[in-house]
Amino acid sequence: MKQTIRTLLAKHGNLPVSIDDVADGADLYDAGLSSFASVQVMLALEEEFDIEFPEHLLNRKSFSSIDAIDAALTEILKEQAA
Amino acid sequence: MTAAAKITAMGLADRAKRAAKVASEYADKVDVEGRFPAEGMNALKAERLMGVMIRPEFGGEGATLTEIADICAILGQACSATAMTYAMHQIQIASLADYAVGGAWHEAFQQRICDEQLLIASATSEAGIGGNLRNSICAAEVEGDTVRLTKDATVISYGANADAIMVTSRRHAEAAHSDQVATIFLKDQYTLEQTSKWDTLGMRGTCSDGYIFKAEAPAEQTLPRPFAEIAAQSMLAVSHLLWGALWYGIAADAVARSQSFVKAAARKSPGQVPPGALRLAEASSLLQLVKANVVAGLKQFEGCKGDSDALNAMSFSVAMNNVKIGTSQTILTIINHCMLICGIAGYKNGTPFSLGRHLRDAHSAQLMISNDRILGNTSTMLLVNKQDTSLLG
Repeated sequence: MKQTIRTLLAKHGNLPVSIDDVADGADLYDAGLSSFASVQVMLALEEEFDIEFPEHLLNRKSFSSIDAIDAALTEILKEQAA
Repeated sequence: MTAAAKITAMGLADRAKRAAKVASEYADKVDVEGRFPAEGMNALKAERLMGVMIRPEFGGEGATLTEIADICAILGQACSATAMTYAMHQIQIASLADYAVGGAWHEAFQQRICDEQLLIASATSEAGIGGNLRNSICAAEVEGDTVRLTKDATVISYGANADAIMVTSRRHAEAAHSDQVATIFLKDQYTLEQTSKWDTLGMRGTCSDGYIFKAEAPAEQTLPRPFAEIAAQSMLAVSHLLWGALWYGIAADAVARSQSFVKAAARKSPGQVPPGALRLAEASSLLQLVKANVVAGLKQFEGCKGDSDALNAMSFSVAMNNVKIGTSQTILTIINHCMLICGIAGYKNGTPFSLGRHLRDAHSAQLMISNDRILGNTSTMLLVNKQDTSLLG
Protein backbone atom coordinates (compact mmCIF):
# COMPACT_ATOMS: atom_id res chain seq x y z
CA MET A 1 0.00 0.00 0.00
CA LYS A 2 2.89 2.32 0.80
CA GLN A 3 4.09 1.98 -2.78
CA THR A 4 0.66 3.08 -4.05
CA ILE A 5 0.76 6.04 -1.64
CA ARG A 6 4.18 6.96 -2.96
CA THR A 7 3.00 6.71 -6.57
CA LEU A 8 0.02 8.98 -5.87
CA LEU A 9 2.16 11.42 -3.89
CA ALA A 10 4.59 11.59 -6.81
CA LYS A 11 1.70 12.24 -9.21
CA HIS A 12 -0.41 14.67 -7.17
CA GLY A 13 1.78 15.83 -4.27
CA ASN A 14 3.59 18.51 -6.24
CA LEU A 15 6.58 18.12 -3.94
CA PRO A 16 9.75 20.13 -4.64
CA VAL A 17 11.78 16.99 -3.87
CA SER A 18 11.61 13.46 -5.28
CA ILE A 19 9.29 11.20 -3.27
CA ASP A 20 12.09 8.60 -3.30
CA ASP A 21 14.08 10.94 -1.05
CA VAL A 22 11.28 11.15 1.52
CA ALA A 23 11.34 8.51 4.25
CA ASP A 24 8.13 6.80 5.33
CA GLY A 25 8.20 8.62 8.67
CA ALA A 26 9.33 12.04 7.35
CA ASP A 27 7.05 15.08 7.68
CA LEU A 28 5.43 15.67 4.30
CA TYR A 29 4.54 19.28 5.07
CA ASP A 30 8.17 20.01 5.89
CA ALA A 31 9.03 18.36 2.58
CA GLY A 32 6.82 20.95 0.89
CA LEU A 33 3.37 19.33 0.68
CA SER A 34 0.79 22.14 0.42
CA SER A 35 -2.72 21.81 1.81
CA PHE A 36 -4.06 22.01 -1.76
CA ALA A 37 -1.82 19.15 -2.86
CA SER A 38 -2.74 17.09 0.21
CA VAL A 39 -6.40 17.31 -0.80
CA GLN A 40 -5.53 16.27 -4.35
CA VAL A 41 -3.65 13.25 -2.99
CA MET A 42 -6.60 12.49 -0.73
CA LEU A 43 -8.99 12.56 -3.70
CA ALA A 44 -6.65 10.29 -5.66
CA LEU A 45 -6.53 7.84 -2.73
CA GLU A 46 -10.33 7.90 -2.47
CA GLU A 47 -10.56 7.08 -6.16
CA GLU A 48 -7.84 4.41 -6.06
CA PHE A 49 -9.23 2.53 -3.06
CA ASP A 50 -12.91 3.39 -3.59
CA ILE A 51 -13.21 4.84 -0.12
CA GLU A 52 -14.20 8.11 1.54
CA PHE A 53 -12.13 9.75 4.26
CA PRO A 54 -14.34 10.12 7.34
CA GLU A 55 -14.54 13.45 9.17
CA HIS A 56 -12.24 12.42 12.02
CA LEU A 57 -9.40 11.65 9.61
CA LEU A 58 -9.67 14.93 7.69
CA ASN A 59 -6.86 16.71 9.48
CA ARG A 60 -3.22 17.58 9.05
CA LYS A 61 -2.04 14.66 11.12
CA SER A 62 -3.52 12.00 8.79
CA PHE A 63 -1.40 13.41 6.00
CA SER A 64 1.72 14.33 7.91
CA SER A 65 3.77 11.35 6.64
CA ILE A 66 3.55 8.29 4.42
CA ASP A 67 3.25 6.21 7.59
CA ALA A 68 0.34 8.37 8.78
CA ILE A 69 -1.48 8.06 5.43
CA ASP A 70 -0.88 4.32 5.55
CA ALA A 71 -2.34 4.14 9.07
CA ALA A 72 -5.39 6.20 8.04
CA LEU A 73 -6.02 4.02 4.98
CA THR A 74 -5.62 0.84 7.01
CA GLU A 75 -8.20 2.15 9.48
CA ILE A 76 -10.66 3.08 6.72
CA LEU A 77 -10.27 -0.22 4.88
CA LYS A 78 -10.68 -2.16 8.13
CA GLU A 79 -13.86 -0.27 8.96
CA GLN A 80 -15.15 -0.88 5.45
CA ALA A 81 -14.50 -4.61 5.68
CA ALA A 82 -16.29 -4.84 9.03
CA MET B 1 -2.30 47.26 46.69
CA THR B 2 -0.09 48.49 43.87
CA ALA B 3 -1.53 50.68 41.11
CA ALA B 4 -1.18 47.80 38.63
CA ALA B 5 -2.98 45.41 40.98
CA LYS B 6 -5.78 47.94 41.45
CA ILE B 7 -6.31 48.10 37.69
CA THR B 8 -6.22 44.36 37.15
CA ALA B 9 -8.80 43.90 39.90
CA MET B 10 -11.32 45.55 37.57
CA GLY B 11 -13.10 43.72 34.74
CA LEU B 12 -11.43 43.49 31.34
CA ALA B 13 -14.37 45.05 29.48
CA ASP B 14 -14.43 48.08 31.82
CA ARG B 15 -10.72 48.63 31.34
CA ALA B 16 -11.15 48.26 27.56
CA LYS B 17 -13.97 50.80 27.54
CA ARG B 18 -11.78 53.37 29.32
CA ALA B 19 -8.98 52.82 26.80
CA ALA B 20 -11.51 52.98 23.96
CA LYS B 21 -12.68 56.38 25.16
CA VAL B 22 -9.15 57.73 24.77
CA ALA B 23 -8.68 55.97 21.40
CA SER B 24 -11.94 57.38 20.09
CA GLU B 25 -10.85 60.96 20.77
CA TYR B 26 -7.86 60.55 18.47
CA ALA B 27 -9.38 58.22 15.85
CA ASP B 28 -9.93 60.90 13.20
CA LYS B 29 -6.52 62.43 13.76
CA VAL B 30 -4.79 59.04 13.50
CA ASP B 31 -6.70 58.37 10.28
CA VAL B 32 -6.03 61.73 8.64
CA GLU B 33 -2.35 61.77 9.56
CA GLY B 34 -1.87 58.03 8.91
CA ARG B 35 0.07 57.74 12.13
CA PHE B 36 0.46 55.17 14.89
CA PRO B 37 -2.45 55.31 17.36
CA ALA B 38 -0.12 56.15 20.24
CA GLU B 39 -2.78 57.56 22.58
CA GLY B 40 -5.04 54.50 22.27
CA MET B 41 -2.15 52.06 22.63
CA ASN B 42 -0.77 53.93 25.65
CA ALA B 43 -4.22 53.82 27.21
CA LEU B 44 -4.33 50.04 26.68
CA LYS B 45 -0.93 49.76 28.35
CA ALA B 46 -2.10 51.94 31.25
CA GLU B 47 -5.03 49.55 31.66
CA ARG B 48 -2.51 46.65 31.70
CA LEU B 49 -4.28 44.97 28.77
CA MET B 50 -1.26 43.95 26.65
CA GLY B 51 -0.49 40.60 28.28
CA VAL B 52 -3.82 39.56 29.75
CA MET B 53 -4.01 36.35 27.66
CA ILE B 54 -0.71 35.13 29.10
CA ARG B 55 -0.97 32.54 31.87
CA PRO B 56 -1.00 33.87 35.44
CA GLU B 57 2.22 32.01 36.30
CA PHE B 58 4.02 34.18 33.74
CA GLY B 59 2.42 37.43 34.87
CA GLY B 60 -0.76 37.42 32.78
CA GLU B 61 -4.39 37.06 33.73
CA GLY B 62 -5.19 33.92 31.69
CA ALA B 63 -7.87 35.74 29.70
CA THR B 64 -9.71 33.67 27.10
CA LEU B 65 -9.75 34.48 23.40
CA THR B 66 -13.43 35.31 23.81
CA GLU B 67 -12.55 38.00 26.34
CA ILE B 68 -9.86 39.39 24.03
CA ALA B 69 -12.38 39.42 21.16
CA ASP B 70 -14.73 41.44 23.34
CA ILE B 71 -11.96 43.98 23.93
CA CYS B 72 -11.33 44.12 20.16
CA ALA B 73 -15.04 44.75 19.50
CA ILE B 74 -15.06 47.55 22.09
CA LEU B 75 -11.95 49.12 20.52
CA GLY B 76 -13.33 48.64 16.99
CA GLN B 77 -16.20 50.93 17.89
CA ALA B 78 -13.73 53.63 18.91
CA CYS B 79 -10.67 53.52 16.63
CA SER B 80 -10.03 50.80 14.06
CA ALA B 81 -6.28 51.41 14.03
CA THR B 82 -6.01 50.94 17.80
CA ALA B 83 -8.26 47.88 17.58
CA MET B 84 -6.28 46.32 14.72
CA THR B 85 -2.92 47.02 16.35
CA TYR B 86 -4.19 45.46 19.58
CA ALA B 87 -5.68 42.46 17.72
CA MET B 88 -2.49 41.81 15.75
CA HIS B 89 -0.45 42.03 18.94
CA GLN B 90 -2.78 39.52 20.60
CA ILE B 91 -2.31 37.10 17.68
CA GLN B 92 1.41 36.96 18.62
CA ILE B 93 0.51 36.67 22.31
CA ALA B 94 -1.79 33.71 21.60
CA SER B 95 1.03 31.95 19.73
CA LEU B 96 3.43 32.59 22.61
CA ALA B 97 1.00 31.69 25.37
CA ASP B 98 0.12 28.36 23.77
CA TYR B 99 3.22 27.38 21.82
CA ALA B 100 6.17 28.81 23.72
CA VAL B 101 5.84 27.26 27.13
CA GLY B 102 8.51 25.04 28.60
CA GLY B 103 11.38 27.14 27.29
CA ALA B 104 13.05 29.45 29.82
CA TRP B 105 13.62 32.33 27.42
CA HIS B 106 10.06 32.45 26.11
CA GLU B 107 8.55 32.13 29.57
CA ALA B 108 10.72 34.98 30.86
CA PHE B 109 9.78 37.00 27.78
CA GLN B 110 6.09 36.53 28.50
CA GLN B 111 6.71 37.82 32.02
CA ARG B 112 8.43 40.86 30.48
CA ILE B 113 5.47 41.49 28.16
CA CYS B 114 3.21 41.68 31.21
CA ASP B 115 5.58 43.67 33.43
CA GLU B 116 6.59 46.19 30.78
CA GLN B 117 3.40 46.04 28.66
CA LEU B 118 5.40 45.32 25.51
CA LEU B 119 3.93 45.57 22.00
CA ILE B 120 4.74 42.66 19.67
CA ALA B 121 4.57 42.93 15.87
CA SER B 122 4.96 40.22 13.27
CA ALA B 123 6.79 39.91 9.98
CA THR B 124 5.28 37.14 7.86
CA SER B 125 4.83 38.78 4.44
CA GLU B 126 7.88 38.72 2.23
CA ALA B 127 8.77 39.99 -1.22
CA GLY B 128 8.41 37.17 -3.74
CA ILE B 129 5.83 35.04 -1.92
CA GLY B 130 2.82 37.30 -1.87
CA GLY B 131 0.61 37.14 1.18
CA ASN B 132 0.96 33.42 1.84
CA LEU B 133 2.23 33.31 5.40
CA ARG B 134 2.94 29.58 5.13
CA ASN B 135 5.83 30.22 2.78
CA SER B 136 9.19 31.85 3.37
CA ILE B 137 12.15 32.61 1.17
CA CYS B 138 14.45 33.96 3.85
CA ALA B 139 16.22 31.37 6.00
CA ALA B 140 17.49 31.42 9.56
CA GLU B 141 21.28 31.15 9.75
CA VAL B 142 22.18 29.41 12.96
CA GLU B 143 25.80 29.52 13.99
CA GLY B 144 26.52 28.11 17.41
CA ASP B 145 24.11 29.79 19.82
CA THR B 146 23.31 32.66 17.48
CA VAL B 147 20.59 33.05 14.86
CA ARG B 148 20.88 35.63 12.08
CA LEU B 149 18.10 36.63 9.73
CA THR B 150 17.54 39.09 6.91
CA LYS B 151 14.04 39.44 5.52
CA ASP B 152 12.61 41.63 2.77
CA ALA B 153 9.38 42.16 4.66
CA THR B 154 6.80 43.83 2.44
CA VAL B 155 4.65 44.65 5.46
CA ILE B 156 5.40 44.94 9.16
CA SER B 157 2.39 46.55 10.79
CA TYR B 158 3.42 49.09 13.46
CA GLY B 159 6.96 47.74 12.98
CA ALA B 160 8.58 51.04 13.92
CA ASN B 161 6.59 51.20 17.17
CA ALA B 162 6.96 47.59 18.31
CA ASP B 163 9.13 46.40 21.18
CA ALA B 164 9.70 43.03 19.54
CA ILE B 165 8.85 41.31 16.26
CA MET B 166 7.97 37.67 15.62
CA VAL B 167 9.51 36.77 12.28
CA THR B 168 8.92 33.71 10.14
CA SER B 169 11.66 32.15 8.05
CA ARG B 170 12.73 28.82 6.64
CA ARG B 171 14.28 26.64 9.32
CA HIS B 172 17.68 26.65 7.56
CA ALA B 173 19.12 27.46 4.15
CA GLU B 174 18.29 24.03 2.68
CA ALA B 175 14.75 23.80 4.09
CA ALA B 176 11.64 23.78 1.86
CA HIS B 177 9.68 27.04 1.62
CA SER B 178 7.00 25.64 3.91
CA ASP B 179 9.42 24.29 6.54
CA GLN B 180 9.24 27.38 8.70
CA VAL B 181 10.09 28.56 12.20
CA ALA B 182 9.12 31.74 14.05
CA THR B 183 11.68 33.71 16.02
CA ILE B 184 11.17 36.54 18.46
CA PHE B 185 13.60 39.41 17.99
CA LEU B 186 13.82 42.25 20.51
CA LYS B 187 14.03 45.88 19.44
CA ASP B 188 17.74 46.17 20.21
CA GLN B 189 18.47 43.01 18.20
CA TYR B 190 17.24 44.22 14.81
CA THR B 191 17.41 47.08 12.34
CA LEU B 192 14.61 48.20 10.06
CA GLU B 193 15.35 49.90 6.78
CA GLN B 194 12.10 51.26 5.41
CA THR B 195 11.32 50.24 1.83
CA SER B 196 7.69 51.34 1.43
CA LYS B 197 5.20 53.65 3.05
CA TRP B 198 1.74 52.66 4.21
CA ASP B 199 -0.35 55.34 2.53
CA THR B 200 -3.71 53.61 2.09
CA LEU B 201 -7.43 54.03 1.68
CA GLY B 202 -8.18 52.90 5.23
CA MET B 203 -6.63 51.35 8.32
CA ARG B 204 -4.13 54.14 7.93
CA GLY B 205 -2.96 54.09 11.52
CA THR B 206 -1.62 50.53 11.49
CA CYS B 207 1.46 51.97 9.74
CA SER B 208 2.09 48.71 7.89
CA ASP B 209 5.25 49.92 6.19
CA GLY B 210 7.66 47.64 4.35
CA TYR B 211 11.17 47.07 5.69
CA ILE B 212 14.38 45.21 5.16
CA PHE B 213 14.61 43.46 8.50
CA LYS B 214 18.06 42.44 9.73
CA ALA B 215 18.59 40.75 13.05
CA GLU B 216 20.92 38.74 15.21
CA ALA B 217 19.88 37.09 18.46
CA PRO B 218 20.47 34.06 20.68
CA ALA B 219 19.14 30.98 18.88
CA GLU B 220 16.98 30.06 21.88
CA GLN B 221 14.60 32.86 20.84
CA THR B 222 13.28 30.68 18.01
CA LEU B 223 9.98 29.09 18.99
CA PRO B 224 10.48 25.39 19.60
CA ARG B 225 7.40 24.22 17.69
CA PRO B 226 7.23 24.31 13.85
CA PHE B 227 5.51 27.44 12.52
CA ALA B 228 3.22 25.18 10.43
CA GLU B 229 1.68 23.93 13.66
CA ILE B 230 1.37 27.41 15.20
CA ALA B 231 -0.20 28.81 12.03
CA ALA B 232 -2.66 25.96 11.59
CA GLN B 233 -3.71 25.58 15.22
CA SER B 234 -3.59 29.13 16.48
CA MET B 235 -2.63 32.01 14.23
CA LEU B 236 -5.18 31.60 11.44
CA ALA B 237 -8.15 30.98 13.70
CA VAL B 238 -7.15 33.68 16.19
CA SER B 239 -6.67 36.20 13.35
CA HIS B 240 -10.07 35.52 11.84
CA LEU B 241 -11.82 35.68 15.20
CA LEU B 242 -10.13 38.81 16.56
CA TRP B 243 -10.38 40.64 13.24
CA GLY B 244 -13.99 39.53 12.97
CA ALA B 245 -14.65 40.96 16.42
CA LEU B 246 -13.12 44.35 15.64
CA TRP B 247 -14.80 44.49 12.23
CA TYR B 248 -18.05 43.85 14.05
CA GLY B 249 -17.10 46.83 16.23
CA ILE B 250 -16.60 49.10 13.21
CA ALA B 251 -19.98 48.11 11.79
CA ALA B 252 -21.65 48.39 15.20
CA ASP B 253 -20.46 51.99 15.56
CA ALA B 254 -21.73 52.78 12.06
CA VAL B 255 -25.14 51.36 12.99
CA ALA B 256 -25.13 53.33 16.25
CA ARG B 257 -24.39 56.54 14.32
CA SER B 258 -27.11 55.90 11.77
CA GLN B 259 -29.54 55.07 14.56
CA SER B 260 -28.85 58.47 16.17
CA PHE B 261 -29.49 60.03 12.78
CA VAL B 262 -32.85 58.28 12.40
CA LYS B 263 -33.79 59.12 15.99
CA ALA B 264 -32.95 62.80 15.50
CA ALA B 265 -35.11 62.84 12.35
CA ALA B 266 -37.97 61.14 14.22
CA ARG B 267 -37.84 63.79 16.96
CA LYS B 268 -38.04 66.57 14.42
CA SER B 269 -41.14 65.09 12.73
CA PRO B 270 -43.32 63.48 15.40
CA GLY B 271 -45.85 60.99 14.10
CA GLN B 272 -43.82 60.18 10.98
CA VAL B 273 -41.41 57.29 10.51
CA PRO B 274 -38.18 58.74 9.05
CA PRO B 275 -37.21 57.42 5.60
CA GLY B 276 -34.05 55.76 6.91
CA ALA B 277 -35.83 53.74 9.59
CA LEU B 278 -36.47 50.73 7.38
CA ARG B 279 -32.86 50.57 6.26
CA LEU B 280 -31.79 50.83 9.90
CA ALA B 281 -33.91 47.77 10.66
CA GLU B 282 -32.14 45.94 7.83
CA ALA B 283 -28.72 47.05 9.06
CA SER B 284 -29.60 45.90 12.58
CA SER B 285 -30.51 42.47 11.26
CA LEU B 286 -27.24 42.20 9.32
CA LEU B 287 -25.25 43.36 12.34
CA GLN B 288 -26.82 40.58 14.36
CA LEU B 289 -25.73 38.09 11.70
CA VAL B 290 -22.14 39.31 11.97
CA LYS B 291 -22.25 39.14 15.75
CA ALA B 292 -23.68 35.60 15.68
CA ASN B 293 -21.02 34.56 13.19
CA VAL B 294 -18.17 35.78 15.38
CA VAL B 295 -19.67 34.46 18.61
CA ALA B 296 -20.30 31.01 17.09
CA GLY B 297 -16.71 30.96 15.82
CA LEU B 298 -15.40 31.86 19.27
CA LYS B 299 -17.52 29.15 20.86
CA GLN B 300 -16.13 26.58 18.44
CA PHE B 301 -12.56 27.76 19.06
CA GLU B 302 -12.90 27.60 22.84
CA GLY B 303 -14.45 24.13 22.51
CA CYS B 304 -11.45 22.90 20.50
CA LYS B 305 -8.76 24.66 22.52
CA GLY B 306 -5.95 22.38 23.61
CA ASP B 307 -7.22 19.57 21.38
CA SER B 308 -4.74 19.50 18.51
CA ASP B 309 -6.82 16.99 16.54
CA ALA B 310 -9.87 19.25 16.66
CA LEU B 311 -7.82 22.35 15.80
CA ASN B 312 -6.22 20.52 12.87
CA ALA B 313 -9.51 19.23 11.51
CA MET B 314 -10.56 20.47 8.10
CA SER B 315 -14.06 21.20 9.36
CA PHE B 316 -12.55 23.63 11.90
CA SER B 317 -10.56 25.45 9.20
CA VAL B 318 -13.66 25.67 7.01
CA ALA B 319 -15.63 27.16 9.91
CA MET B 320 -12.94 29.74 10.75
CA ASN B 321 -12.56 30.69 7.08
CA ASN B 322 -16.31 31.17 6.93
CA VAL B 323 -16.21 33.50 9.93
CA LYS B 324 -13.72 35.67 8.07
CA ILE B 325 -15.51 35.64 4.71
CA GLY B 326 -18.98 36.28 6.11
CA THR B 327 -17.88 39.03 8.46
CA SER B 328 -15.64 40.90 6.05
CA GLN B 329 -18.27 40.92 3.32
CA THR B 330 -21.26 41.77 5.48
CA ILE B 331 -19.76 44.76 7.30
CA LEU B 332 -19.43 46.55 3.96
CA THR B 333 -23.12 46.01 3.23
CA ILE B 334 -24.00 47.25 6.72
CA ILE B 335 -21.90 50.40 6.54
CA ASN B 336 -23.21 51.13 3.07
CA HIS B 337 -26.73 50.88 4.47
CA CYS B 338 -25.74 53.28 7.24
CA MET B 339 -24.36 55.69 4.64
CA LEU B 340 -27.68 55.64 2.80
CA ILE B 341 -29.46 56.34 6.08
CA CYS B 342 -27.25 59.28 7.07
CA GLY B 343 -26.93 60.68 3.54
CA ILE B 344 -24.60 63.63 3.12
CA ALA B 345 -24.12 63.86 6.90
CA GLY B 346 -22.59 60.39 6.72
CA TYR B 347 -20.58 61.07 3.59
CA LYS B 348 -19.11 64.28 4.97
CA ASN B 349 -16.21 64.22 7.42
CA GLY B 350 -16.46 65.92 10.79
CA THR B 351 -20.15 65.38 11.55
CA PRO B 352 -21.47 63.17 14.39
CA PHE B 353 -22.74 60.86 11.63
CA SER B 354 -19.56 60.68 9.50
CA LEU B 355 -19.00 57.20 8.11
CA GLY B 356 -16.19 57.71 5.60
CA ARG B 357 -13.53 56.38 7.98
CA HIS B 358 -15.65 53.35 8.86
CA LEU B 359 -16.27 52.52 5.22
CA ARG B 360 -12.62 52.96 4.24
CA ASP B 361 -11.36 50.93 7.21
CA ALA B 362 -13.93 48.21 6.54
CA HIS B 363 -12.68 47.81 2.96
CA SER B 364 -9.43 46.38 4.33
CA ALA B 365 -11.29 43.38 5.74
CA GLN B 366 -11.64 41.57 2.41
CA LEU B 367 -7.96 42.08 1.63
CA MET B 368 -6.26 41.21 4.92
CA ILE B 369 -5.57 37.65 3.79
CA SER B 370 -7.41 38.00 0.52
CA ASN B 371 -10.94 36.63 0.57
CA ASP B 372 -10.25 35.06 -2.82
CA ARG B 373 -7.31 33.14 -1.34
CA ILE B 374 -9.46 32.00 1.59
CA LEU B 375 -12.35 30.99 -0.65
CA GLY B 376 -9.89 29.06 -2.82
CA ASN B 377 -8.58 27.30 0.27
CA THR B 378 -12.09 26.48 1.53
CA SER B 379 -13.20 25.25 -1.89
CA THR B 380 -10.27 22.82 -1.93
CA MET B 381 -11.21 21.49 1.52
CA LEU B 382 -14.84 21.11 0.50
CA LEU B 383 -13.76 18.63 -2.16
CA VAL B 384 -13.32 16.12 0.64
CA ASN B 385 -14.80 17.67 3.76
CA LYS B 386 -18.54 17.32 4.19
CA GLN B 387 -20.33 20.54 5.07
CA ASP B 388 -21.50 20.57 8.68
CA THR B 389 -25.27 20.64 8.35
CA SER B 390 -26.11 20.46 12.04
CA LEU B 391 -27.58 23.50 13.77
CA LEU B 392 -25.84 23.20 17.10
CA GLY B 393 -22.57 21.66 15.88
